[in-house]
Amino acid sequence: MKRLATVTLGIAMLAGVAISATDEAFAAPATGTALPADSVYQLPLQLTDQAGQARDWRTRRGKPQLVAMFYTSCQYICPLIVDSGKAIEAQLTPAQRNRLGILLVSMDPKRDTPAALASVVAKRKLDTARWTLAAPPTDSVRDVAGLLGIRFRQLEDGEFNHTSALILLDADGRILGRTEQVGTRPDPEFVALVRKTVGS
Amino acid sequence: MRRSISAAMFLLCTGGVLAAADTGFAHLTGGSFRSVLKYEDVKNGTRVAPFDLQRRPVTNGDFLAFVRANPQWRRDNVARVFAEERYLQHWQGPATLGPNALPEQPVVWVSWFAANAYCKARNARLPTWSEWEFASAADETRRDARSDPAWRERILAWYSRPSNKALARAGLQAPNAWGVQDLHGLVWEWTEDYSALLVSDDNRNQGDPDKLKFCGAGALSMSDVENYAVLMRVAMLSSLNGADATANLGFRCARDSP
Repeated sequence: MKRLATVTLGIAMLAGVAISATDEAFAAPATGTALPADSVYQLPLQLTDQAGQARDWRTRRGKPQLVAMFYTSCQYICPLIVDSGKAIEAQLTPAQRNRLGILLVSMDPKRDTPAALASVVAKRKLDTARWTLAAPPTDSVRDVAGLLGIRFRQLEDGEFNHTSALILLDADGRILGRTEQVGTRPDPEFVALVRKTVGS
Repeated sequence: MRRSISAAMFLLCTGGVLAAADTGFAHLTGGSFRSVLKYEDVKNGTRVAPFDLQRRPVTNGDFLAFVRANPQWRRDNVARVFAEERYLQHWQGPATLGPNALPEQPVVWVSWFAANAYCKARNARLPTWSEWEFASAADETRRDARSDPAWRERILAWYSRPSNKALARAGLQAPNAWGVQDLHGLVWEWTEDYSALLVSDDNRNQGDPDKLKFCGAGALSMSDVENYAVLMRVAMLSSLNGADATANLGFRCARDSP
């Protein structure tokens, strides 16, 4: 019984910490209003980007985002995911481009160090004013994948078997649409949705 | 007479130990394991590291205590991205169980995110699929009873029971050889890596994975089609999203062995 009480107390304390941390984070975002219940930013997620900067992804609130999951040592589909982002950007005006963030979240945080992420940025000539490549903590990968509807399994050789999708978030982190058509020819309907979201 | 008394004493003691360990964890030694799932990248069996697994599924009573201590997981507070509309719908209120959710019944209508948060609050985690499958291969006396047709029949008989009846209490079934109860015959259970089971609807229908959808090698096939009961679990888990909740899906927690 005493043990039970201690455990309950422990849980209550943990909960207290979690709640106050959450409140603090929610006070910061651009709009200053409460986060919608269907926002993926309900998940606190610390991301470490190609510059080694650690930031919660909720700081991306305020701007629509194009999000995908990838990993840098992937030979086949992940380069196509970068191609997809570029192809969608190419369909936007410069003003529209500046109103869209592109976030690629690694499913391989053990290997996707800032240096590994930065090498992709350099090789693919990505403008970091708009693009962010970042890795979550290892124990959060399944959470973010769950929110984005991405399925993956790490293979014995360290590669991944995974689904690929581009997901469009509104400024508050709500999923507006997704496409599984990756590569240099973007899905026209998805592009139309991106245009509509960032405005003309 | 003396013998029967000592036997009774022994039983009492064992009973006492079991009762004390009810909400506790059993230790499983792990090892190399032949999964019913055959991945082309897995050559020499699945390695399962030693781990601890909760002896029983998490009950409504357990989950109520969690929800009271963590009000963000009440059904009236939970963020919709973490749990769909039907989350804990069988409870009478957001923090009361009521007649359709007895304290000793396994909790169901829980999302993966909620189950994950519960285990984290207990300094534990959800078991991986491999761990769950490893534990569930055992019957009461054998750590791997899967080649026994009678054992398979028993599991399938459980699954053929209609699911519209009230769930039994957790912990009524005899412990398996690891001391774990109710892995079969009560509820389905979430695994940490439910979304690693890459079986698409198409794949289930045609056995032909969409190569663009599933990047990379490591395609999945079923190496043990006789073990239909376990394959049903895989098909079910692979069809779920993290926020989904269903009438017969619960969970239990695991942790790395110290």
